[in-house]
Amino acid sequence: MTTTELVAYDDAVARYDPVMGLEVHVELSTVSKMFCGCATVFGAEPNTQTCPVCLGLPGALPVTNKKAVESAIRIGLALNCEIAEWSRFARKNYFYPDMPKNFQTSQYDEPIAFGGHTDVVVDGSTVRVEIERAHMEEDTGKSLHVGGTTGRIHGASHSLVDYNRAGIPLVEIVTRPIEGAGANAPAVARAYVAHLRELLRGLSVSDVRMDQGSLRCDVNLSLRSSPQAPLGTRSETKNVNSLRSVERAVRHEISRQAALLDAGQRVVQETRHWHEDTGMTTSGRSKEQAEDYRYFPEPDLLPIAPERDWVDELRATLPELAAVRRARVQIELGFTDLEMRDVLGAGALPLIEATVAAGASPASARKWWLSELARRANDAGMTLEDLPITPAQVAGVQALVDAGHVNDKLARQVLDGVLAGEGEPEEVVAARGLGVVSDDTALSAAVDRAIEANPDVAAKIRAGKAAAAGALIGAVMKEMRGQADAGRVRELVIEKLT
Amino acid sequence: MSDLVRLSAAELASALAAGDVSSVEVTRAHLDRIGAVDSAVHAFLHVDPVGALAQAAAADARRADDDDFPELLGVPVAVKDILTTKGLPTTAGSRILDGWAPPYDATVVTRLRKGGQPILGKTNMDEFAMGSSTEHSAFGPSHNPWDLDRIPGGSGGGSAAAVSAFEAPLAIGTDTGGSIRQPGAVTGTVGVKPTYGGVSRYGLIALASSLDQAGPVARTVLDAALLHDVIGGHDPLDSTSIDTQWPSMAAAARAGDVAGLRVGVVKELGGEGYQVGVQARFEETLTLLVDAGAELVEVSCPHFELALAAYYLILPSEASSNLAKFDAMRYGMRVAPEGVALPSAEEVMRATREAGFGDEVKRRIILGTFALSSGYYDAYYGQAQKVRTLISRDFEAAFAQADVLVSPTAPTTAFRIGEKVDDPLAMYLNDIATIPANLAGVPGMSLPSGLAREDGLPTGFQILAPALQDARLYAVGAALEAMLVDRWGGPLLDMAPELTVED
Ligand SMILES: [Zn+2]
Repeated sequence: MTTTELVAYDDAVARYDPVMGLEVHVELSTVSKMFCGCATVFGAEPNTQTCPVCLGLPGALPVTNKKAVESAIRIGLALNCEIAEWSRFARKNYFYPDMPKNFQTSQYDEPIAFGGHTDVVVDGSTVRVEIERAHMEEDTGKSLHVGGTTGRIHGASHSLVDYNRAGIPLVEIVTRPIEGAGANAPAVARAYVAHLRELLRGLSVSDVRMDQGSLRCDVNLSLRSSPQAPLGTRSETKNVNSLRSVERAVRHEISRQAALLDAGQRVVQETRHWHEDTGMTTSGRSKEQAEDYRYFPEPDLLPIAPERDWVDELRATLPELAAVRRARVQIELGFTDLEMRDVLGAGALPLIEATVAAGASPASARKWWLSELARRANDAGMTLEDLPITPAQVAGVQALVDAGHVNDKLARQVLDGVLAGEGEPEEVVAARGLGVVSDDTALSAAVDRAIEANPDVAAKIRAGKAAAAGALIGAVMKEMRGQADAGRVRELVIEKLT
Repeated sequence: MSDLVRLSAAELASALAAGDVSSVEVTRAHLDRIGAVDSAVHAFLHVDPVGALAQAAAADARRADDDDFPELLGVPVAVKDILTTKGLPTTAGSRILDGWAPPYDATVVTRLRKGGQPILGKTNMDEFAMGSSTEHSAFGPSHNPWDLDRIPGGSGGGSAAAVSAFEAPLAIGTDTGGSIRQPGAVTGTVGVKPTYGGVSRYGLIALASSLDQAGPVARTVLDAALLHDVIGGHDPLDSTSIDTQWPSMAAAARAGDVAGLRVGVVKELGGEGYQVGVQARFEETLTLLVDAGAELVEVSCPHFELALAAYYLILPSEASSNLAKFDAMRYGMRVAPEGVALPSAEEVMRATREAGFGDEVKRRIILGTFALSSGYYDAYYGQAQKVRTLISRDFEAAFAQADVLVSPTAPTTAFRIGEKVDDPLAMYLNDIATIPANLAGVPGMSLPSGLAREDGLPTGFQILAPALQDARLYAVGAALEAMLVDRWGGPLLDMAPELTVED
């Protein structure tokens, strides 16, 4: 591996114009696989969701999953693509142990959907991303390399293959070259993938979990001297599997390629591996070594010729387009552009909407998910969705605050309890004894003691200086170890002294 | 030899129905015959006496219990070793699958089991069905019962030899370019390649997916029809299977008639390059048809001349991809490369494929890999697909003039083992008359038309019908067979030499 000094990012984008192409693989959440009846549950025991078809046993034949075709068409429609009247599967031939037939059944020059576009909001302005195509294919198995130190094949003593994933339906969405993003390219890439994730979630066609591999991104990037210059040679960075990594990978490739070009070297057309830990890419296979996939039409499957009526029916089932929906939701929730951006960036919009639907105010829902819960998710290395708390429970915590049963400080402890699996918010309050004291008898006695102990302050209040009440309230709260409703304490103090 | 093994499947079915004989007796008679002659014929790669007798006993029990049963209940059958059989070895004639017992049955096999037909064993074939003689079987060739020094045709020579040597009344074959019909021709038996999509390919180890078709092998046209009715029909597990209501082939055979039939003689299939005795028997058979009231029409299919060339691009292309799965990773043979301490998966794949595949298989994989490579695809695979379209159009035009098309099935009678094995092109020419039907997906039948005068060996008569009109083959074939048998004074196979029987 040759290491070249990277060019500082700002410097690189000042002198070079980046052009990107993004290829996103979406694992569909169909109940069964693309070409057989096997289940697709994530995390099942290795090789328990297999059959002669997805194991590629001699003699077995594929049968197309109609539900997968339906999902692919809906994705195509949501991306404003044309749906092909006639489309075919093709065989992509190459040898790899995790590919049971040593060819992948995919689509080549006759994809199901092509020629679309989608509008992505980046920093408040809209960028149109042109979609080249969306096509169907099957996933491969998963290799586990044993005996090495890194889990990579290098240095491993042997490998195990899990074919549960083999044959799970994928849709690959390929953009046309994204030009004109300039210094904003990393942000555009990230926003596009985030936008796609939200759109796909809205279609309910995929779990879109980047951490589980149900949404995977390849980043193609090239530089040219100016927007007028011909396209440069591109690199293809594979398996960039988080939003942050997409942004970083684009950034890194820009700096790396700029360094090569500055040094008068050529960018090699090759696949590159992304390394999350170092934030760098390393060289994979170059074009010269690239496989000739010997594509040809899959003779075991009939062409797919979706009836126009069916396509129209599916069009009618499309949920509101993501951009339209987002604009509407922003108005409903009353978020500023900046607030909305943070919410989208954190992937928290669906959670916040659900929390609001469960009764919380938009502001409080946003506050909980973007501060307390975001911090806890970050500490635990989890996504917000992974936190063991539901939007309804978050709304429940806020309801306790609104009713004066807990204050903000106690509410955080209630969250901890819920996250620790201690039950619903009310149960946590009861079990941990966190309820604020709203029993007036106890409070009243405490207020009396505070007045007695602070005659000077009491005199001031009697003289009309209500602002002095703070000192008495503080004393009461201290005595009650925080478990009192400060508002009620204030009321009692004023009542008793005026 | 027990008389039971000389009966046709239809006769056995009647005897079983009448209670004159049990399936166990019939099955045992055939197993005995296999034991007596198969060391000389080598029709079988694997015989399953225990399984077959158990299935026979079950068939007998079913007949005793139930009034409503399939016509062929209890009639045993042999299956070409290219169809998967649960728990029974399935090798496709290749070392690379030596020892593999599939965990599932091919749909054809499932239907045989449902029909209560004992499976005697798996028959020999050219490796992955690549060949016209069984000489490319990794387990040694089968021998033609008419002359043990000669080939029984291929790739399904084992099924044809088994039926002609009275080791099985019926067998399943598969036909990619003639592998059912050409063995039928050279062994004096009947073989039918159904319409593409007429019989499920699920569990048929693919050679060329767009050409492969399983079909019946028998000694009479009616027997073939009865077996076709058992194995045919729509299968949701095969996407290319045709979803239609097929008429009864057996009913068509029983109603056999050729009066008023327009018989198209394909100008391009016959004459020059065809053995004199083969051509002579073909022409005599045409006379029989005319005498029975058929009308002869000469038809021309000009693109048939390109069929062989197109076939030898499409077949290897598909085969190179279909055979990629044999990589030692999940099943079958696994060979470690010599002198490599910790071989990679890729090195094991290479060593296994090197050791596990025979020369003809490697030849076709290389050919197909080349034909599909970028830069050559259009010139080879793409061009071949265009020729395929032209051949289909030739068929359409010909069928506008004739109800069926006819030709000699194969250009020669059975050649000697070893005669052509080192000359692939000469070997490929055996299928010159059968290949067009596979390229166009139309059904075809071969039935015996006599013995060539110069060598006394069987010759075959091919009948082709439009797609979906398989029943027409049986109607015409059965009528013609009746006239031929009448002329010979008995079935052609009665003229075959007696095989030396081992005790
Ligand atoms: Zn499966």
